Amino acid sequence: MPTENLVEIKDLDFAYEDRPILQGISLDIPRGKVVAMMGGSGCGKTTLLRLIGGQLRPSRGQIRVDGQSVPALNAEELYALRRRMGMLFQFGALFTDISVFDNVAYQMREHTDLSEEIIRDMVLMKLNAVGLRGAHALMPAELSGGMARRVALARAIALDPMLIMYDEPFAGLDPISLGIIGQLIRQLNDALGATTIMVTHDIQESLHIVDYIYFMSGGKIVALGTPDEIRASTHPFVHQFVHAQADGPVPFHYPAKALAQEMLGGGSHGG
Amino acid sequence: MADEERQPSALIGVLLTLGHIVTSALQRLGYATRFLIMLLRWSGQSFRRLHLTIREIYFSGFQSLLIIMVSGLFIGMVLGMQGYDTLQRYGSAEALGVLVALSLVRELGPVVAALLFASRAGSSITAEIGLMKTTEQLMAMDMMAVNPIARVVAPRFWGGVLSMPLLAALFSATGVFGGYLIGVVFIGVDNGAFWSQMQASVDFRYDVWSGIVKSFVFGIAVSLIAVFEGYDAEPTAEGVSSSIKSTVVKSALAILALDFVLTSFMFREAG
Repeated sequence: MPTENLVEIKDLDFAYEDRPILQGISLDIPRGKVVAMMGGSGCGKTTLLRLIGGQLRPSRGQIRVDGQSVPALNAEELYALRRRMGMLFQFGALFTDISVFDNVAYQMREHTDLSEEIIRDMVLMKLNAVGLRGAHALMPAELSGGMARRVALARAIALDPMLIMYDEPFAGLDPISLGIIGQLIRQLNDALGATTIMVTHDIQESLHIVDYIYFMSGGKIVALGTPDEIRASTHPFVHQFVHAQADGPVPFHYPAKALAQEMLGGGSHGG
Repeated sequence: MADEERQPSALIGVLLTLGHIVTSALQRLGYATRFLIMLLRWSGQSFRRLHLTIREIYFSGFQSLLIIMVSGLFIGMVLGMQGYDTLQRYGSAEALGVLVALSLVRELGPVVAALLFASRAGSSITAEIGLMKTTEQLMAMDMMAVNPIARVVAPRFWGGVLSMPLLAALFSATGVFGGYLIGVVFIGVDNGAFWSQMQASVDFRYDVWSGIVKSFVFGIAVSLIAVFEGYDAEPTAEGVSSSIKSTVVKSALAILALDFVLTSFMFREAG
């Protein structure tokens, strides 16, 4: 019996040893939607993706994907679930010792008994979807950053996953590549009937393509809404983020002593 | 007064440091043991794809052939010169063949070949796995439901374990040839005496077999250190470089210490 939400997270806490990263996170990701998790660097967004993918275990709370509790799965069940997930890493994480074609074919060869001819057709179709069919023979080192991201995207959707997760898909891309990746994320989600979670801090691009946005800060969800609601929001954090202001609820300065005190104190630098 | 106060705190400081060193060493040892168990557990799956291990035998074993054989030749030639110089003083230059063969088969073959193997193949295994970790390739593999220990670590480990005895045997063989070249061809030791004395005095059970056992044990030690250091590397440029250094240093120490232990057992057995 499929639930309405593909991903359900309830009262989630996570800490690295005794350093708390996420506190009391509750959120639902409805099927078929593209959802962005936003927030400044280091607010725990990527950690949240790893928790959903089962790479980390929460200290408290529930994570359910397609009705299954992720932390309760054993290694085999977790791998079975991951076969239905695709993940795009921040820098692509392509296998550098094999070609673009073999990167996209990797999961098909590992997890299916399909013949090489069928795999060839499928790989070329996936590469065609990201506009890089012509680049199938290249090695990852020969690709530009934007192309590598698109190949990684083709690899992430190789087995038509039900859930696609993106970790900073826009980081370090030129405006053209950025626009292309943004469009692809939306189109692929709709074409595959998948659900997408995208961790990003690129607010302008996200507002164009997503259905829903969660804002995170200090390990908590501070705001949420549709792109229109976010644009109209008067929440100070969201306002600072949308209008890219240097200072606000998210301080410009890393916590430190007052400048005057530091200048007059002297001598203790680097101690 | 001040000294009296400082003394116990200095002692506690030393104890604390000592305690920290011991517990962290034990923790690492425990982690390494767990890693070995995982490696053995996943080895079966990796053997089902034998081409992966064969590929690693090619990279670690075949590609080390040149350095191993050239070094063996030179060491054999040096043994020929030094051995002749000493033996002719006692009028037993015909025993040169025995001296060269025994030194190589029992000691120098396994030990020097293993030291060379650690710096040639061990370091590159650590660098490769460490860089795959740094570029998130191992994590990407894990997210694609492919176990990195089965796919990346186990083939490299077994490739090294299987290559090592063969390399040591080839090292000894080229070394004997080097000794022959200097002793018989250049210095003029009697050809028949050189080979027949060698044949009569080198025992398969005690000499050749003990060399094979040693090189097999060194192969396990070096390969395990190399894959573990790579897998456990800090995912930064500095971390990978320090892991490579660790592989070479720890392998060298392990080879020499194990050589001492194995030799003392073998001598007892022989006596």
